[in-house]
Amino acid sequence: MARAWGAPGRRPRSPRPGDPSPDQRARRVFAVLVLACLTLITLDARSGAGSPLDPVRAVVGNVMGPAESATAGAFRPFTDLGDALRTNHKLRGDMARLEADNARLRAQASTAPVDRKRLAELDGLTRTVADTGYSLVAARVVAMGPEQSFSRTVTIDAGTSSGVRKDMTVLDNDGLVGRVVSATHSTATVLLIVDTGSVVGGRLGTNLEIGFLRGRGAVGNDGRLALDLVDDSVVPSRDDVVVTWGSKDGVPYVAGIPIGRVESVVSSPRQSSRLAIIKPFVDFTALDVVGVVVPKGTTGDRPVLTAGAPQ
Amino acid sequence: MTALRGVVLAGLIGVAVVAQVVVFRYFSIEGVVPDLALILVVVAAIDRGPQFATVLGFAAGLLLDLAPPADHVAGRWALAFVVVGFLAGRVRRDAGSSTLTAVLVVGAGSFVGTSLFAFSGLLLHDGSLPVDQMLRVIVTSVLWDLLLAPLLVPVLLLVLSSLRPPGDRSADQRVRVVH
Repeated sequence: MARAWGAPGRRPRSPRPGDPSPDQRARRVFAVLVLACLTLITLDARSGAGSPLDPVRAVVGNVMGPAESATAGAFRPFTDLGDALRTNHKLRGDMARLEADNARLRAQASTAPVDRKRLAELDGLTRTVADTGYSLVAARVVAMGPEQSFSRTVTIDAGTSSGVRKDMTVLDNDGLVGRVVSATHSTATVLLIVDTGSVVGGRLGTNLEIGFLRGRGAVGNDGRLALDLVDDSVVPSRDDVVVTWGSKDGVPYVAGIPIGRVESVVSSPRQSSRLAIIKPFVDFTALDVVGVVVPKGTTGDRPVLTAGAPQ
Repeated sequence: MTALRGVVLAGLIGVAVVAQVVVFRYFSIEGVVPDLALILVVVAAIDRGPQFATVLGFAAGLLLDLAPPADHVAGRWALAFVVVGFLAGRVRRDAGSSTLTAVLVVGAGSFVGTSLFAFSGLLLHDGSLPVDQMLRVIVTSVLWDLLLAPLLVPVLLLVLSSLRPPGDRSADQRVRVVH
């Protein structure tokens, strides 16, 4: 494209004295907008949980969420060519496998030399889990936040209309994916466990030691979690499975969901603590069908899958 | 007509932001996708000058800050894009002369924008990575933008100049397309 320059600074109408030049005007607009940005940042960063920008976020989410879902739907025929048959049926199969995993871990736990009382508690806990059963709402990942934003989040196409709320556990057939950080009517934003701001309570499969898993920010093949055990004297063994420890009322994480495998253990000479590097089971760059753990009896505009037979 | 232009511009921003998070995640390199919204802002700066580009940058950045997958402090992308739009508008005297220089300005804008965003994250303790990982992300995103810019810049220039009001009285308009 050939371009040439007009005479710089020539204006069709004669400038009145005192009129700002275009450069001045541009500079003023720039200054005003920079101030606006700084105000926004201050408002949003200072006020913590209840940000004054949340209503605006909700409005934008309600417009952009469906747009993202629709775009993802339009592109699905192209992206689905590889695995066309990811259905509810498959997710149910995945649930069965998850349960089998849970049972296997429980068996491992009972053979490990652990405090009998704690085992009884754990047994009771897992029995409660089996009683209540996790109910899942299936959803698809429609958008992924760019790595340039340095926060690892995805949008799923289920929102409050399907019973999805803030602080619910999100998992897929491989293991724990993350938790819901905000939900609009038809979409929800999920913070992945590999985000640097994510902390998950984890438990080693063989000796039930608890610790905290922090994300390290990367999602690709080198996406790892760092496990900081509460008891410094415990050395996690390689390939040990880490499952969620679970929080009160399953908020934000329910118990017993596999997270990953111990890949290596790094001990720092300065501190006496050891850091285990965990390779997550979930492939975060290939997320598609995920399940959101909802309270039993949730009703919404999509089917709720329960642990046993479908409702 | 002005309202219609506004709607088309808003639509362009929306398409760029949605494509960035929905379509390009299948082509992402370690999670890094091209900054389509940033390319749009730089092209707007080359075509229409700093004033127009700062306003467009503010709008595009704000949408990127508030649209669903975003979970960072709002206003950070807006700030980065306002600065990029302004700077690109200032250097457009050289940038508009050929597509090649426009592509280079896109690359520079991408570097400045992503770095500013990373830097504001460091200051606010909001989702920051170790510096070496950040640098890798910034370099990857600049390469992505440089890869797409030769395809997008001519198209966006054409679209934006067709959106220009006829007989634009804006004195910012120093660039004239000669066919």
